Amino acid sequence: MTAFAALFRRDLRLVLRRPGDVVVVLAFFVVATTLFPLGIGPESNLLARIAGGVLWAAALFAALLSLERLFASDYEDGALDLLLLAPGALELAVLAKCASHWIVTGLPLALLAPLLGVAFGLDGQSLAAVALTLLVGTPTLSLIGGLAAALTLGARKSGALLALLALPLCVPTVIFGTGAIEAIATGEGFGVHLAILAALALMALATLPWGIAAALRLAGE
Amino acid sequence: MATLHFLANPARFRRFSARVLPALSVVTALAVAVGLVWALAIAPPDYQQGETVRIMFIHVPAATIAMGGYVLLAVLGASLLVWRHPLAALMARATAPVGATFTAVGLITGSLWGRPMWGTWWVWDARLTSFLLLFFLFLGHIALSNAYDDSERGDKSASILAVVGAINVPIIKFSVDWWNTLHQPASIMKLGGPSIHPTLLYPLLWMMATFALLFVVLVLLRTDTEIDRRRLEAAEAAA
Amino acid sequence: MSYAVFIWSAYGATAVALGGLVLMSLLARRNVRRELSERGLERKR
Repeated sequence: MTAFAALFRRDLRLVLRRPGDVVVVLAFFVVATTLFPLGIGPESNLLARIAGGVLWAAALFAALLSLERLFASDYEDGALDLLLLAPGALELAVLAKCASHWIVTGLPLALLAPLLGVAFGLDGQSLAAVALTLLVGTPTLSLIGGLAAALTLGARKSGALLALLALPLCVPTVIFGTGAIEAIATGEGFGVHLAILAALALMALATLPWGIAAALRLAGE
Repeated sequence: MATLHFLANPARFRRFSARVLPALSVVTALAVAVGLVWALAIAPPDYQQGETVRIMFIHVPAATIAMGGYVLLAVLGASLLVWRHPLAALMARATAPVGATFTAVGLITGSLWGRPMWGTWWVWDARLTSFLLLFFLFLGHIALSNAYDDSERGDKSASILAVVGAINVPIIKFSVDWWNTLHQPASIMKLGGPSIHPTLLYPLLWMMATFALLFVVLVLLRTDTEIDRRRLEAAEAAA
Repeated sequence: MSYAVFIWSAYGATAVALGGLVLMSLLARRNVRRELSERGLERKR
């Protein structure tokens, strides 16, 4: 557990030393979302209807963009080899890295999304739904993306490949995330959606660290 | 499983495929010929769908075999990861493009069926959508197994992906169904499962068997090629 | 009978896709075998 905490803190410190990386991801999120009103037109009814989908899709792309580097720098500078040799479960180390990734991307995205939602004309309840679903859903994206990142470590054209591998697996999370916002529009609550998103996150948490660890062992061979 | 264990040895697989493949190819060709005549000429038009029901005879088998192909890919992936069967990797490499092609056939014929039945080429019907995602899963598998200069790394990475993907396929299916009921589909394909008339059911079953045969022939043929390709790579590495 | 075009194109597309796959599989096997024999690695039956 101390190894977990140490790795978690190290990764956070690495990111905080260069906050520009996080800012770029958030800026991408904002710019990508802004493109939709520009492309579709300023009609507010339409924008409010598509806001959930736009915010979720943009958050997914932003998370994937940042995931490419999740293991790559450790792979290049040899830190990954040390992680593989270190005593203790690699699965926990993986979890620490994914958790720190979520802290620096998923969490800020979830906090930023309601602000953008205001610009799309969402009401209060929908804004809460956007924030909460992203809060519960983005850990799943970090884990799925982590698997794709580990699988494509050292591969040719790894960026595009990462997206190709991760996107189909992210579909359930995106469906329930956007579904929650739509459910509010039809008058139902979004409790069920939130519960399913939590279930998906728990399922990812229970299975994917093993897959990621196995993929990292392959990369270290 | 026992047969898979038996065939795990490439040399033994080789003898097996050399003996089985020619006969199986002939049987498949005959089955295709009979199936085409049956599906296109003998089977009567459906009272609701008219002549377009003939598309079902290729659409449904292609879709079924494609799903079976993904299951096979996951089983092969697991047997490479757990038992390190050398042949599983080669067979997975052979299976993925075949599965992807069957999925593509399912999608194309579905679209060509949808045009006269639904009035559009594509509807975001739950089944069509999850099939599109299955196609992407196949593409990802193919791309990942070829993404490394070291083929073994590609094999193992792709096998992890196949296993994770197979766990996720039911979840994807469930979520797409949910999403679809939310969006109210334009129309729902009504093709009563067991209530299908025997004059249509028998040719359908025949085509199902034919597609399965074709799938097996293609996988055996391509696995055989993969064994040779691996030998070639080994020779190149040695030289 | 205006449906005929859809039925024929469905069967045609299937034939192109699956036939193409068979053809490519056969070609790939021939190429690999030829390269193997060029290296004198012809397999014994």
